[in-house]
Amino acid sequence: MRLAPTPGQTVGPFFHYGLPYDGDRNLVPPGSTGSIALHGVVLDGAGVAVPDALIEVWQARPDGTVSREAGSIRRDGWAFTGFGRTSTGRDGRYVFSTLEPGPTEPARPAFWAITVFARGLLDGLFTRAYIPGPDIDIDPFLASLPHERRATMLAQPGDRGYRFDIRLQGQDETVFLRFDGSERRRP
Amino acid sequence: MSSVPVPASRLPTQTAISAEIATLHQDPRCAGAAQQRPRLDFAPYRSSLTRHPTKDLHHVDPETIERAAPCFGHWDVDPLEADLTIGHAGEPIGERIIVTGRVLDGHGRPVQGQLVEVWQANAGGRYVHQGDQHPAPLDPNFTGAGRTLTDDAGWYRFTTIKPGPYPWRNHNNAWRPAHVHFSLFGTDFTQRLVTQMYFPGDPLLALDPIYQSITDPEARGRLVATYDHDVTTHEWATGYRWDVVLSGGTSTPLEQEDDQ
Ligand SMILES: [Fe+3]
Repeated sequence: MRLAPTPGQTVGPFFHYGLPYDGDRNLVPPGSTGSIALHGVVLDGAGVAVPDALIEVWQARPDGTVSREAGSIRRDGWAFTGFGRTSTGRDGRYVFSTLEPGPTEPARPAFWAITVFARGLLDGLFTRAYIPGPDIDIDPFLASLPHERRATMLAQPGDRGYRFDIRLQGQDETVFLRFDGSERRRP
Repeated sequence: MSSVPVPASRLPTQTAISAEIATLHQDPRCAGAAQQRPRLDFAPYRSSLTRHPTKDLHHVDPETIERAAPCFGHWDVDPLEADLTIGHAGEPIGERIIVTGRVLDGHGRPVQGQLVEVWQANAGGRYVHQGDQHPAPLDPNFTGAGRTLTDDAGWYRFTTIKPGPYPWRNHNNAWRPAHVHFSLFGTDFTQRLVTQMYFPGDPLLALDPIYQSITDPEARGRLVATYDHDVTTHEWATGYRWDVVLSGGTSTPLEQEDDQ
């Protein structure tokens, strides 16, 4: 049986009292041992900051295992749930406090799975923020992308963690993903 | 909401926007599987002009992390959060309604114990949001945000107030049909969905570029709830039924046999 999927719709401009919650962006307390920032700016096709975007991350632990712990909404300060959510500020910026994810599959580079929602964006978008490393060059998916497109999926290491800018449109538009149909090819 | 107000006289008319919608609905590029989703570049929704990707979405097989989803538990969600009409000093104004349905994956299996979040305008069409300039009254007894977890059969259930339609600045005399915003998680992160539920018989649906961005009438019809008299409760609330199907879902060994 295959059921037809329910279509998406824009998150609109008024999600701020529905979706954000206390501690949403802090997968670990900022400044705690091992904590890093994953941060960036969301830009539209005119290069203008998007001040009403919602960004979510879903990631593995540093050892590459996937958390099955609840507690992403009421964080107890101890459980690492692997999920975070934040909304961009007036300047289009977002920041998460988190741990560096490890690779979940052998010889595959580690990444943050990311969703982007915004007013003006009729459906949510998926992307990945990859951690640069030697595996980047041998990953079959990344190798399938033109070099300049691939660069839009690489997080840039910095002092406090990684920077990952999201460009919704334009010359250096971020690579966005679709997964549909892929579940049938699972080994 | 545009940050720079444009005088109403300089905005396109509803007639112009409706003509643009009709043209796009006849565009052959709207045919096929793509019409099951909203068109990201749908110019009648003016805010989409600079915010839609211009390159095709890149097909990829989900990796381990994407074939799992965050876990939410009873620690995360208080059962009272499913009732948007309580938690204030008095009763909110408007039609009390129950909205309930099942969350299923593409194979028809219930999505169990997953998070469903809603937010909406009040009965007068006003959001509790700084950016909402609609001169309709705020209701001191209504915030309009709720959360729940689906049960073992995939059911969710909210008690709320029927939201009012509200004006926006997309074009002259633009009004959003009444809607409840929904946010859902599946068993796989690839199923993450944010959408809107509409009410049956709303004359504004035909005029709304956001709803009409889904060019297949059957697909956009799936966003409209059904009035359900069995959900309606005696002397208390009218009832609406709205099921959500999340795309795909990880194959189980059983399902793989079915698919072959
Ligand atoms: Fe809305």
